[in-house]
Amino acid sequence: MPEPLHASKAGKGREDGRDQKAAVGRTVTASQTVPAIVRCKIRKRGERMLAYSIRRMIALIPVLIGMSLIVFGIIRAIPGDPALAILGQKATPESLEQLRRSLGLDKPWYYQYFSYVKDLLSGDLGTSIRSGAPISREIWPHLAATIELSFVAMLIAVVVGINLGILSAWKQNSAIDVISMVIALVGVSMPVFWLGLVEQWAFSIKLGWLPSIGRDDIRDPVAAITHIYLLDTLLSGRLDQFWEVVRHLVLPSIALATIPMAIIARMTRSSMLEVLRSDYIRTARAKGQKMVWVVYKHALKNAFIPVLTVIGLQSGLLLGGAILTETIFGWPGIGSYIYDAIQFRDYPVIQSGILIIALMFVLVNLIVDLLYAVFDPRIKYK
Amino acid sequence: MRFGKNIFYYRSYNVAIYVGLAAKGGGLLSEPILAVKGLKTTFYTDDGQVPAVDGVDFSVRAGEILGIVGESGCGKSVTSLSIMRLVSAPGKIVDGRIVFNGEDITHASEKRMRQIRGDEMAMIFQEPMTSLNPVLTIGQQLVEAIRIHRKTSKREAEAQAAEWLKLVGLPRPKDLLKSYPHQLSGGMRQRVMIAMAMVCGPKVLIADEPTTALDVTIQKQILNLMKKLNRETGTAIILITHDLGVVAEMCDRVIVMYAGKVVEEGPVKAIFKNPAHPYTKGLLASVPDLRNRKKRLYSIPGNVPKPGEITNGCPFHPRCEWAMDRCRGSLPEWAALGAGHRARCFLHDMKDGIAPGKGESHGGTAVNR
Repeated sequence: MPEPLHASKAGKGREDGRDQKAAVGRTVTASQTVPAIVRCKIRKRGERMLAYSIRRMIALIPVLIGMSLIVFGIIRAIPGDPALAILGQKATPESLEQLRRSLGLDKPWYYQYFSYVKDLLSGDLGTSIRSGAPISREIWPHLAATIELSFVAMLIAVVVGINLGILSAWKQNSAIDVISMVIALVGVSMPVFWLGLVEQWAFSIKLGWLPSIGRDDIRDPVAAITHIYLLDTLLSGRLDQFWEVVRHLVLPSIALATIPMAIIARMTRSSMLEVLRSDYIRTARAKGQKMVWVVYKHALKNAFIPVLTVIGLQSGLLLGGAILTETIFGWPGIGSYIYDAIQFRDYPVIQSGILIIALMFVLVNLIVDLLYAVFDPRIKYK
Repeated sequence: MRFGKNIFYYRSYNVAIYVGLAAKGGGLLSEPILAVKGLKTTFYTDDGQVPAVDGVDFSVRAGEILGIVGESGCGKSVTSLSIMRLVSAPGKIVDGRIVFNGEDITHASEKRMRQIRGDEMAMIFQEPMTSLNPVLTIGQQLVEAIRIHRKTSKREAEAQAAEWLKLVGLPRPKDLLKSYPHQLSGGMRQRVMIAMAMVCGPKVLIADEPTTALDVTIQKQILNLMKKLNRETGTAIILITHDLGVVAEMCDRVIVMYAGKVVEEGPVKAIFKNPAHPYTKGLLASVPDLRNRKKRLYSIPGNVPKPGEITNGCPFHPRCEWAMDRCRGSLPEWAALGAGHRARCFLHDMKDGIAPGKGESHGGTAVNR
């Protein structure tokens, strides 16, 4: 019998005694779901959360296996001979046969899959056909560029979207509400490539305020350390370059942020409207609390949970689906990396790129799942 | 008295003395701490105007417990929310005055109302399960209630919060401060709500059906707690309920509401012994009587009208068995029945009314006191 997490001593009244019995019952079931080795040690919420996180990560293993199987399968389902693609149309049958053997393509599919997974686990993503360089080394600068852009875009989307949603729920049916929701509607229905082109035309060509292409000034390139340029410029103490990187980020991140911003604003509004009607909001007002605090302290924390789901999904999409924006703004991210690979039929790069994007998606959702538990104390660690 | 000492902790010395004296003086002599005159609260809905509260008058004296009774939908809750000025759109106070502690707060600024709410006037609600914020700890919510109105350090506020949890009879207050509402039962949550309402030592506590959602044994405990707090701190309580048993046990005075109007008002004893308005009689007759179990339980015929449905005469006339022609014509004026007891009914209009005999109706005295 595990020790209850919140062992309560005898209460005052009959009522309390009964409550505690019920409470003890609940906590015991909660603790029983924790593995036996961990159970006896768990006391505090923090420790329970750590165990929960570890279990969630273990649960990712089947997902990752499935993911790798699908990526592996898709590439093999595409018609065309990789050996022919590598050597070109003029290759002799002998050299083709030799290459197939050296690539292991003559082996059965499960053998190929296991050697693929074995390579993946040792960090080997294969070799790019186009450049001949190992993909694991080649992919990071692109991934870093995408992470940087998506992060900034998501930051804009979350800050603007949530506040827009709060404002329109708070002042429901007012002019502010109507204007914010029109902005959200326009934002969600505007094609990204069109917005990107309009931005470039207005802010770089006509007004000349901001650069339209690339991550940094090509006359004074950033010395890459982590490949996340905002960090690199700070690490090397080049504030002028940092500012230049920020200027380059503005247009693409706004273009990329528009759709998630609009979706987050609408989600926040509907969630907030529901929460603002609830009894505990009335309680908070009856305490004499200012409306600003009632909204941001009492309501937002409750309304944020469904919004968090949307933020997670949108972040995942941004990390993988920024191909359009990256192409328009000449952003050397993972989207344009895969786009180029597709043009050259560079199968290993396509395969690894898809795998990395899928991995990012899964990781973002893991983080979101863990954040649920931070925001909602009622979530049980099952 | 442990409690008596503690009170000096939370409010200034002289206020405690004042309230204490007022409570002892009690009854008719003390000034009303809260006076509501001709209050009208109307909801502007798509289907037209709904006068949820339609000309309500009453007053609360310092330290007394006033009961407001009536069936569901008669405007009790809207009255209390109007007093707190918490009626939200599409509802609006359209007429009348609310005078609190000598100050007309009917049109007071939102800033002034925030100072009053939670400090001088506090409220607890019907649903303890949903009235506490599920994502904040009990401690955070109690500390907030203190620190909105008092300049205290967080640690000091926490100590006060723990002290109050002990005062409302909750065990292990230190641990409780760290727990979340979902870890507590309904009864415990309602105790937390009471503690949260009392932390600043309000002059008036409005309790909107505080025990309706709780089961019977716990109801009793919560009521006893409220009575104890009333006696020891001198906080006046407006107890809104539809349970006449609760009124009989708790209140000094009662007002009976029907369809947004007050129909009878008086000391609790007078109302129970000698109900004057046919609606009050009906309410009393619908209380089950253990001594007479064979008798079929009485219920007032018909349903509570929707607010604004009855525009002519006494709102009760369609359901009243003594209804006369003049009842359909105009709203009866107050008829004084002595010692603070009055009713809005033509039966007590001395000119041509025929008062129904005492107690002969449907066993109006059936409630076991």
